[in-house]
Amino acid sequence: MALIELIDISKSFDGELVLDEFNLKIKENEFITLLGPSGCGKTTTLRILGGFATPDTGRVLFQGEDITYLAPNKRQVNTVFQKYALFPHMNIAENIAFGLKISGKSKEYINDKIKYALKLVNLSGYEKRSVNSLSGGQQQRIAIARAIVNEPRVLLLDEPLGALDLKLRQEMQYELIRLKNELGITFLYVTHDQEEALTMSDKVVVMNQGYIQQMGTPEEIYNEPENAFVADFIGDSNIVDGIMLEDRVVKICGHVFPCIDEGFGRNKPVDVVIRPEDIIIGKPGRGIMDGVVTSNVFIGVHYEMCIQAGGFEWLAQNTTSYPVGTKVSIGVIPENIQIMHKPQSEDEEAISLDD
Amino acid sequence: MTKKSRRTASAFGKGLYLTLILLFLYLPIFTLMVLSFNDGKTMSRWTGFSLRWYEEMFASRTIMEALGNTLTIAFWAATAATVVGLLACIGMSAMKDRSRLVLMGINNIPLLNADIVTGISIMMTFIVCGISLNYGTVLFSHITFCIPYVILSVMPKFKQLESHTYEAALDLGASPVYAFFKVVMPDIMPGVVSGFLLSFTMSVDDFVITHFTRGAGINTLSTLIYSQVKVGIRPTLYALSTVIFVLVLVVLVIVNILSNRKEEN
Amino acid sequence: MTKSAIKRLFSGPFLAFILCGTLVPLVVIAFYGFTDRSGAFTLDNIMAIAGGHHAQALGLSLALALISTLICLLLAFPLGLILKDSKIGKKGFMVFVFILPMWMNFLLRTMAWQVLLEKNGIINIALKSLGLPLLDIINTPAAVVLGMVYDYLPFMVLPIYNALIKIDHSLIEAAYDLGAGKGLVLRKVLIPLSVPGIVSGITMVFVPSLTTFAISTMLGGGKVNLIGNIIEQEFTVSSNWNLGAGLSLVMMIFIVISMALIEKFDREGEGSMI
Repeated sequence: MALIELIDISKSFDGELVLDEFNLKIKENEFITLLGPSGCGKTTTLRILGGFATPDTGRVLFQGEDITYLAPNKRQVNTVFQKYALFPHMNIAENIAFGLKISGKSKEYINDKIKYALKLVNLSGYEKRSVNSLSGGQQQRIAIARAIVNEPRVLLLDEPLGALDLKLRQEMQYELIRLKNELGITFLYVTHDQEEALTMSDKVVVMNQGYIQQMGTPEEIYNEPENAFVADFIGDSNIVDGIMLEDRVVKICGHVFPCIDEGFGRNKPVDVVIRPEDIIIGKPGRGIMDGVVTSNVFIGVHYEMCIQAGGFEWLAQNTTSYPVGTKVSIGVIPENIQIMHKPQSEDEEAISLDD
Repeated sequence: MTKKSRRTASAFGKGLYLTLILLFLYLPIFTLMVLSFNDGKTMSRWTGFSLRWYEEMFASRTIMEALGNTLTIAFWAATAATVVGLLACIGMSAMKDRSRLVLMGINNIPLLNADIVTGISIMMTFIVCGISLNYGTVLFSHITFCIPYVILSVMPKFKQLESHTYEAALDLGASPVYAFFKVVMPDIMPGVVSGFLLSFTMSVDDFVITHFTRGAGINTLSTLIYSQVKVGIRPTLYALSTVIFVLVLVVLVIVNILSNRKEEN
Repeated sequence: MTKSAIKRLFSGPFLAFILCGTLVPLVVIAFYGFTDRSGAFTLDNIMAIAGGHHAQALGLSLALALISTLICLLLAFPLGLILKDSKIGKKGFMVFVFILPMWMNFLLRTMAWQVLLEKNGIINIALKSLGLPLLDIINTPAAVVLGMVYDYLPFMVLPIYNALIKIDHSLIEAAYDLGAGKGLVLRKVLIPLSVPGIVSGITMVFVPSLTTFAISTMLGGGKVNLIGNIIEQEFTVSSNWNLGAGLSLVMMIFIVISMALIEKFDREGEGSMI
């Protein structure tokens, strides 16, 4: 049985529909991430789970029990808030002890828990420090410690790393994975950062405009996006119109590419996704189409180039630099071509146009 | 002129300006203080040091009664205004922006309106309603004009409030009431305290509104001073001025030291 | 009932006070202002302002309030600038010293000037002993203006200082860096950016000066009749409430007009900064 079940949840604010008959099952001991642009409904989902918002329709089940209208202080979930929300007038120990005191735990138990939690987040000895004396990353760790001492069944994390700088963010990602493994509880994580989602999650739920666009492991989401929105949102990609001539053959920009997808029928228009790192750049005439490099930027590990070919500007990444103006050929191995159905409903169309 | 001498000249000019304004502000007050120790009744001649005006002041039942009224009215008005204002802020923070803006606009009326109009209009309302003017009517009027000050000091604190700390407390198992007193109150406390203190001083200082809403025989220090000055200056009032000035000075210095110490912590 | 509906109920007592202490009294004063003793509608009480000594009193009130506001502004702005530049450690103390008199009862402070200015007052005693000509301004409008400036100066200093202290020092440095001289920095940076403080200072001095009756009674000795005195007397001496209420309404209109003017000036001032 699922630990948490969201059934047909709809919610609107000021007449704007934020969640539309949303369904989600969360299993025990899972690191699940809700990923999507701002306004996609991911934070609302989290707030409904935490008890800070009630859905207009639908139900929230916790181990099969309806908790839709249960007050936040009565739920077995705890939240790590976006801006930490530490109590500024209490020291670190008092912050961590807050929930334990309410549930009437003994003094020794509380002290042990504080020690344990601080050790878990690598901040041993910080009991008497004031909140304001800590850096952003440290405050975030305390916020996590404050939540986990209550031994929640589910930890809700609302873009907890959003306010940290890049390096700290990466460090904290590994911290969170370690914590989750040590605690053995369910993490529900909300973010708009695809890298965070792909790095940490067991399961990623890509959301947009109140709908789930795709659900799957990070590999599935990255390698096999189900529609243009997911493809565009997860990493950089070239999304082009194509025609599926027959099984395993797709025509893009007037050129025929072998691929591995089947079952789309004959002469069917499709969307084709090709990741920039999958584009093979070669000498003119050696690939499938010829083109010209129109821009070239070094972005660290590799060069990011735009190549004008077949009437489309392709984004390509390569460790070799091809100067602007170079005539090149491009090619893709069949496994790296991802074929997707064209959106059918107007809703889906709107989604792909938005981005 | 060299650069250096120009700078000293400008510093001298600034110093002179400050000194002149300080003299303007304090000479009158110090004059009263000196005169309060003069034995004679006239101020034109120094007839020797004496504390007789202080003795007379403390022995005067009217002055002591007025002092008592001033302090109790200020205390109760400030307390009531703080409670009502704090509740109002809680209520308004749950309102839609538009209704809140309307209420805040109305809240500003007593602040912007002339005291004389506020005083007269409240007095007329009492009499129209058949309520005779007494201690209670003064207290009611004071609460009315103190509430805006409380709301103006507390409402910004509510807006600055990290809305998530309240939710975080609920999340950790606190009931709404417990969360309010444990988490929200400490954050807005400075606003509440300054609202109370502001109300207290405004109430103590008020003359005009009290003048119109008091009943016969009820005096605060302000109205007492006004009626006594009208019939001719009494040296006991010099003594009163001195006592009040020294009291205000001591209280403010203590408040300043306390708040500085708090900031350092 | 939802949680926020319960929360909204908390403002109930406040709404009751607004209603009973602010709105109803305004209705009552308006009712009296527009009716005669028998309760019939009339504009006489409003039009009474045009009558000789009423118009004169209003004119004098406006003039004295304007003059004292202007003097306060001219005294307070340089003071604010000096305080802003004073050393950090001393700053708090200095500001404290300049607004301290505000905390003392204004009637006592006004009384102090009575003591100083009287014919046989302290100033004249001093002048006489020095063989200088006597100062004879008690019971004249000049004494009333002096009293207003003395009583309300701190109300001008505080908001102006608060506005000046908020100005980011790098803006001033940037202006110097771009070649502005001291005068230009004052005109183009310091004054425009302190307009909000100046405006609230002006309101805090102008409105009480316009409506006072205590200062004019104490320092004008019954010879300086301001509109406040006339209204007060209608209620305490002649008890013609309708007339008093009517004149109050007129005075309120003048307050509203002057505030609108200040507001307009404020907005234009801000606009000209661009």
